[in-house]
Amino acid sequence: MSLLFSQTSQIEGDIETLLDSISNSVMMFSEAVKNYLNDENDIFLKRMQEVKILESAVDELRRQIRYKLYTKMLIPESRGDMLSLLENIDNVIDRAEEVLIQFEIQKPKFPKVLNKDIMDLVEASCKAADFTVMAGRGYIKNSDMINDYINKTYFYEHEADKVENRIKRKLFGSDEIVSDLAEKMHLSKFVELIGKLSDDSQDVCERLSVATIKRSI
Amino acid sequence: MSLILIFLSSGLFLGWSLGANDAANIFGTAVGTKMLRFRTAAIVGSVFVIIGAVLSGAGASHTLGKLGTVDAMAGSFTVAFAAAFTVFWMTRMKLPVSTSQAVVGAIIGWNMFAGRATDATALTKIVTTWVVCPVLAGIFSFSLFFLVKYLLKFSRMSIIRQDSYTRVALLLVGAFGAYSLGANNIANVMGVFISVSPFPDVTIAGLFSLSSVQLLFLLGGVAIAVGIFTYSKRVMMTVGNSIFKLSPVAAFIVVLASSLVLFLFASSELQVWLSSHNLPGWPLVPVSSSQAVVGAVLGIGLAKSGKNIDFKVIGRIGTGWIATPIAAGILSFIFLFIMQNLFMQPVFS
Repeated sequence: MSLLFSQTSQIEGDIETLLDSISNSVMMFSEAVKNYLNDENDIFLKRMQEVKILESAVDELRRQIRYKLYTKMLIPESRGDMLSLLENIDNVIDRAEEVLIQFEIQKPKFPKVLNKDIMDLVEASCKAADFTVMAGRGYIKNSDMINDYINKTYFYEHEADKVENRIKRKLFGSDEIVSDLAEKMHLSKFVELIGKLSDDSQDVCERLSVATIKRSI
Repeated sequence: MSLILIFLSSGLFLGWSLGANDAANIFGTAVGTKMLRFRTAAIVGSVFVIIGAVLSGAGASHTLGKLGTVDAMAGSFTVAFAAAFTVFWMTRMKLPVSTSQAVVGAIIGWNMFAGRATDATALTKIVTTWVVCPVLAGIFSFSLFFLVKYLLKFSRMSIIRQDSYTRVALLLVGAFGAYSLGANNIANVMGVFISVSPFPDVTIAGLFSLSSVQLLFLLGGVAIAVGIFTYSKRVMMTVGNSIFKLSPVAAFIVVLASSLVLFLFASSELQVWLSSHNLPGWPLVPVSSSQAVVGAVLGIGLAKSGKNIDFKVIGRIGTGWIATPIAAGILSFIFLFIMQNLFMQPVFS
């Protein structure tokens, strides 16, 4: 019996660490984009490296949790939901890493006049991701707050969409900011990439809301 | 001795089928949803069924004895056989059936054959209990649902911790359920053999003694345990996965509610305590664990929202109350006639 409870505490700890890492990576992502826009390349590269390390750690933790849930026969009823939650929430950190890598490879040249809009988009996307992590924690901890977090995620995803369209309108609306069509397309692709962070968060929350209903007695 | 064993065989068969079917009421969801291993459930179930039968089986058997005391070995065999055959046959016809109701019908069949009067008071008590049993189980599970929901909300534990506690709770409540099942339903299995028990009273190693009836119940308990080990796994898988799709926490509530009902209708100690405090008691009667479970599941359904209730289920239980004892009574009468006139065995003295 004590073995059962020690395994329980161990796996609870693993999940906490995984969610903390995702939450940290989201903050790191926001700071990294800010560094990139401010031409602080060294700090940007350092932060990108840190997100990569966090991403690998999260992958390893997720594998360990899956292994423990199945071999130790824990939560047979909801382990499917739990694993799909962890895998989908993992997409958030994967996306953050991917966006930063693309920034590093493609080096998009955002005109300074768009910096505030880009940071608005990053902030909305990161808030959506943050509330998703909180909703995930709420699901695991059986919290009443879970629906509030899910609603806030939906709200910020919607906000991110609005900012995304605002930036695109500025880009394509006139040739004052950027004149070259190829460059417009390039920058617009990056705007979409940043916005994907909030879309991934929304996906997680949609699964979470179903899993929460399934968990009622 | 071998003749005695042959005569006891119908009771042992009833015990086996009880173990095969009713253990699933207790551990079905837990095993079906992989919260407990079948082996763990079978060992705990068997041990507690036997303890319940030997220690607390007398109360419900006493009431059954009042209905009719079968006083010849061949008669007891035939009555138990008629009950077992009714259960087997009605199960094959996919009709709702309970051993408790079949045994009562078979005893009344014997009463009619032997020309003995059926105690109307005892019969009324028993039949009333059948109706009360699922209703009470429903009331218990309805109340327990809100209590457990409140406790889970209040305790704020993680789903993994909740899962660990649920697992322990399912094992504990399963042990209690098995104890109650043994205490309440051993009367169905061995009740008709009490007055013709072939065993002497024994004292084991000078430590504790078992009466002749307790030895009979021990044998019946072992038959139930054999039923649990040999056949209940597939029933548990069916119960766990298809018929009643319950969450583990809901399964805990259902098992606790139905076990409480079985316990209330079996515990002589509780009756003694109640009467010593001038509180009203109730008759100790073997009741159907399956019907208690159905009542408890309906109770949870009502607590969640009344919309999920399948009223046909209630109708089917009601049909079982009437059809089962009538079928068992008629079969018992026919079999007793055959036993007496074809096999030349005295079926009453």
